Amino acid sequence: MAVEVRLPTVLRTYAGGAPVVTLDGATVGEVLGKLVAEYPGMAGQVVQADGSLHKFVNIYLDDDDVRYLDGVDTPVPDGAEMSILPAVAGG
Amino acid sequence: MPLYPSVLELIGNTPLVEISSLSPNPSARLFIKLEGQNPGGSVKDRVALSMVEQAERDGLLVPGGPAQALMEPSSGNTGIGLAMVCRIKGYHLKVVMPTNVSIERRQLLELWGAEIIESPGSEGSNGAVRMAQGLAAQHPEWVFLYQYGNPANPMAHYGGTGPEILRDCPGVTHFVAGLGTSGTLLGVGRFLKEKLGEAVQIWAVEPPSGEMVDGLRNLDDGYIPPIFEELGGAELLDRKTVVRPRESIEWTRRLTEVGIFAGISTGAAVAGAVRCATSLGPGVEASIVVVSADGGWKYLSTGAWTGDLDEVTERAGSIIYF
Repeated sequence: MAVEVRLPTVLRTYAGGAPVVTLDGATVGEVLGKLVAEYPGMAGQVVQADGSLHKFVNIYLDDDDVRYLDGVDTPVPDGAEMSILPAVAGG
Repeated sequence: MPLYPSVLELIGNTPLVEISSLSPNPSARLFIKLEGQNPGGSVKDRVALSMVEQAERDGLLVPGGPAQALMEPSSGNTGIGLAMVCRIKGYHLKVVMPTNVSIERRQLLELWGAEIIESPGSEGSNGAVRMAQGLAAQHPEWVFLYQYGNPANPMAHYGGTGPEILRDCPGVTHFVAGLGTSGTLLGVGRFLKEKLGEAVQIWAVEPPSGEMVDGLRNLDDGYIPPIFEELGGAELLDRKTVVRPRESIEWTRRLTEVGIFAGISTGAAVAGAVRCATSLGPGVEASIVVVSADGGWKYLSTGAWTGDLDEVTERAGSIIYF
C-alpha cells in the first residue's frame, strides 16, 4: 500500500531534505520500518528498538493520531497520508 | 445581575451557545463554550486564578505581603491571565515567551505590568519551558507555578468548566478541545467520564506546531506536559486529531456566520468537532461541545479574517496560536 509520509523539519536532514517520502506497508509499523530501513539516520528517532513509538513522536494517519487507533498495528489504506510530528507543548 | 466585588469574580461561568447550523450532520448538534468571555480574554483566566489561589493556600504566595515575583513559561494566554490576576493581587510576574507570538499578546502582558523574557521563536513553547526551568533553578526565590506540571491547572476545569458544561448540556456525547498544556481536556474529560462514563467521548485537537518548530535538534527535545502523563491523559482521550493552519483559519472565518469572533485555535477546535460530527454513523444523535479558548481580538494583526487565505495561512505557519 503506497503511502506518503510527511516528515517534520527535524527529520528531513536524514532524508536528504525531503519534506515528503513515499513508502509502502500494510500497517503503520511496516511503513515506519521501511522508513528507518531506507533512512538509517532515523533509527531510534521514530521507533525504538522494541518497535514501539518514540515517546516524543506522534504519528498521524490521515490526521488521526495512531496511538488512539491501533498504534503501530493500525492498517494503512492505499493512498493514505501519514505525518510524523514531534510532541510540542502549548499554553 | 449581581454586583461583583472584583473582576476575579467574573472568571468562569462562560456561556454555551448552539452553533448547529455549522454542523455537517443533521443528527449532530454543535455547542461552543465561549471562554473568550472571561475578563482576561481566555480560558486561561481559570487556570491562572486556580494556580495562584492554590499557591496562596500552600503558603508559597502571601496575599498583601511584600511584593513577590512569579515566573511562568507561556505562549500567551496563561501569561495574560496570570498577569491580570497578579496585577489585582499585587504580585510581580515574569513571563518566558517565544518571540513569534502575535503582537497583541505582548501588548496585553505589558499593559498588565508583566515583564517579558524572550525565548527563541524557533524552539516554540518547548524552548520557553526549558528556559523557564533553567531560570527557576537559578532563582529559587521566584514562585514557579509551572502550568504544565501543576494539578491546579486541570482542577480549574474539573471543578469549573466541566460542571458548567454538564449543567448547560446534560446530554453531551462528545467533548472537543485543543491540546496545549492538556489541562482543559484532563479536567473536563475526567469530570465528564466520572459522571457519564463511556456515554461521552473526549476528542483532542492538536495544531501541527511540531511542523513549525524548526529549532528542535532531535526528537528528544520533544515535550509532554507532566500533568498529561501523571493524570493518565493517554487513557482518558478517545481520539486525537491534527488540524492544519489553513483549515483552522477557514473555520475561524466560518464562525463569523453565527456571530462568533474567536481566535485561530477555536477554528482548529471547531474543525475537530466537525470531523467528529462527520464520523458518526447515520442517524446517531450527538451533542458535541467544543471549547473556544479565546476571542479573535489578539489575532487581528495576522489578517486572519480579511487577508488572502494563502498569505494568511503562510503567516499563521510561523506564529504560535495555541
